[in-house]
Amino acid sequence: MTADARALTADPSAPLVLQEGHLARGISSPILGMLLFLTSEVMFFAGLFAAYFSTRAADQPWPPKQFDSILNPLSLILVATVILISSSFTCQFAVWSIRRGDRTGFIRNISVTFVLGIVFLLLQAYDYTLLFGEGMTLGSGPFGTTYFTLTGFHGAHVFGGVLMLGVILYRGMAGQFSSRHHDAVEAVSLYWHFVDIVWIVLFSVLYLL
Amino acid sequence: MATHALAPATTAYRPGLYEWLTTTDHKKIGIMYVINSFLFFLIGGFFALGVRAELAAPGLQIFTNEHVYNEFFSIHATVMIFLFIIPMLAGLGNYAVPLMIGAPDMAFPRVNALSFWMLPLAGMLLLAGFLTQGGAAAAGWTSYPPLSEVGPTKSPGPGQDLWIVALTLIGTSSILGGINFLVTIFKMRAPGMTLFRMPIMVWTMLVTSVLVVMATPVLTSALVMLFIDRNYGGHFFDPTHGGIVVLYQNLFWFYSHPAVYVMVLPAMGVISEVLPVFSRKPLFGYKAFIFATAGIGALGFSVWAHHMFTTGSVFLPFFSLMTFLIAVPTGVKMFNWVATIFRGKLSFSTPFIFAIGFLTMFLIGGINGAFSAAVPVDFALHDTYFVVAHLHYVLFGGSVFGVFAGIYYWFPKMSGRMLDETLGKVHFVLMFVGFNLTFFPMHMLGLQGMPRRIADYASNAGWNDWNLLASIGGFIIGTSILPFIWNVFVSLRNGKIAGDDPWEGNTLEWATSSPPPPYNFDRLPEIRSERPVFDARHGRLTPHDEMGPA
Repeated sequence: MTADARALTADPSAPLVLQEGHLARGISSPILGMLLFLTSEVMFFAGLFAAYFSTRAADQPWPPKQFDSILNPLSLILVATVILISSSFTCQFAVWSIRRGDRTGFIRNISVTFVLGIVFLLLQAYDYTLLFGEGMTLGSGPFGTTYFTLTGFHGAHVFGGVLMLGVILYRGMAGQFSSRHHDAVEAVSLYWHFVDIVWIVLFSVLYLL
Repeated sequence: MATHALAPATTAYRPGLYEWLTTTDHKKIGIMYVINSFLFFLIGGFFALGVRAELAAPGLQIFTNEHVYNEFFSIHATVMIFLFIIPMLAGLGNYAVPLMIGAPDMAFPRVNALSFWMLPLAGMLLLAGFLTQGGAAAAGWTSYPPLSEVGPTKSPGPGQDLWIVALTLIGTSSILGGINFLVTIFKMRAPGMTLFRMPIMVWTMLVTSVLVVMATPVLTSALVMLFIDRNYGGHFFDPTHGGIVVLYQNLFWFYSHPAVYVMVLPAMGVISEVLPVFSRKPLFGYKAFIFATAGIGALGFSVWAHHMFTTGSVFLPFFSLMTFLIAVPTGVKMFNWVATIFRGKLSFSTPFIFAIGFLTMFLIGGINGAFSAAVPVDFALHDTYFVVAHLHYVLFGGSVFGVFAGIYYWFPKMSGRMLDETLGKVHFVLMFVGFNLTFFPMHMLGLQGMPRRIADYASNAGWNDWNLLASIGGFIIGTSILPFIWNVFVSLRNGKIAGDDPWEGNTLEWATSSPPPPYNFDRLPEIRSERPVFDARHGRLTPHDEMGPA
């Protein structure tokens, strides 16, 4: 019986009993919370991108002469990009597995995602050393400052995501997730996709544009 | 009916201090927000009185050098904005919102506790700047580069870095709080509490939270860039290496203008609860008020550059027009409030008087703000005391009077005891008189060309009398806090027992005991309108019932 129907039929002075009211409908609270958190993350990166585009518009030539072709898309960074994009797929496979109640498939896919995330971070760290070797640092004018700030904050987010994946993996191996109860998995996968999309935009803007 | 005695609350609280340090109860966290914010209000007030004491007469009297003065006004504004007004309103919302929508707690209680505990930490970090070499941040609350960048005449010390870290923490606390409010409002409403039956206070917290979630991260990005420039040799804002100084201002105001609405919308929510209760009428134009609130929130994102007219790098007609436009929904609200009081059965209790203080003072703040929206006028008034007058009429005359209306209104619910009415009225009169003595003369000073953020001025500039008057007013404001503090201490021990619903309120928090049990409600009245407790008290004569069963 709905609240309104009861109000018309029962004694009108009878109050509603609370626990009958709070029905779980629609999106779950943790997932809504994660979506709102990602909204704020989008705005954070929007601020960084605003800095990138305004300094780039003001500083010609871009990149500066001494770093003319330092950001080559057909290099190690392409491998890292492919790895991060693949990890988004394996992450989604993990979500589909646990929705079916397939815990083995979930653990396998999350493990692969976890490892791919770490490999991406290692490749990025190695790429940084190559750039440092060619003399490009945070202090190389807005070109260097924006590059390392944007990719650095993205890397920090990947690192955070890897930690979350580790927690999810641990909890999955402890048998805490089922087809009905896996909000944490859904939320972490949303975060991981977000990190992936930010990288695609970053790669396009920094290397291709 | 839920308004009479409820089942005795078996305590789910742990004893004493340990409970307060570990609680995840939104009511206790809300009260801690209020107390913490009030302490920072006193600290911020101390800095303000230092500023006013120095400006009372020409010459340097209080401070040995201008740098200390710069620290004082910078920390005054930072504390008042980020550690008093914003968290104070978040605290009132924290207390009221779950009760008003009939929920047992916030959606994420532990995140709620985290949001709170970041604030005292951030406040201590900010004030720790005074202990460092070079002193606290001294580049104003806006901390524009190049003033805030590292350099021989700039802000070399770690005080500025502590300012950045403190603001980043406070911003994170705000974002987590905003997410928590939104999920609570969308997911935790009691049966029957549709969106258009929510109390106005809840609506204003909803719009405020959207602003917080979408604008605060942009400030964080600006702070991060400033930190990288200062500490890691970055060049975001350093024009000698190709950076852009105005970039910081754009990012800063993209947050800090919506932040003005973060600081005033919840106060508008408070007085929209207070005015109907003490006028014995429903709020005039409930839906119009909600759309006006949403309109202010949306337009709030398109007016940031009116703080930057004189930089010469923003499109003046657009930002001027948008700034004028935002006066329209604000005017709608003014009309709502006045029409609510009109022909009401008014009772001049302290919450109502403070709400009237809000109405009148915020009106002045709105009008002198609209002056400054006109580009040519703004070019003349930019960075003068006229702007200081304007912002204090909005944030003190508006928000602070709203905050005190809320504290007097909900104190009986929080403590179970009434505050003393006489002391409350003494508090109001002193504060109202002191406020106008302090800030009204600043209009004249601004029109006479006195710039803000100066420690000294020429004695023949004609500014002496107005400044002395403003300083006297400042100390009257300081005095006005004493009867309030006395009132709280006396009333907590000996105040009249409040009962569940001392004001004959409209909204659900008055349907539970004072103070409410840890789980808030044993049972709820039916929710058929935005005034469920009114409906329950007056025999449920809602339009829905009059139509009868279909």
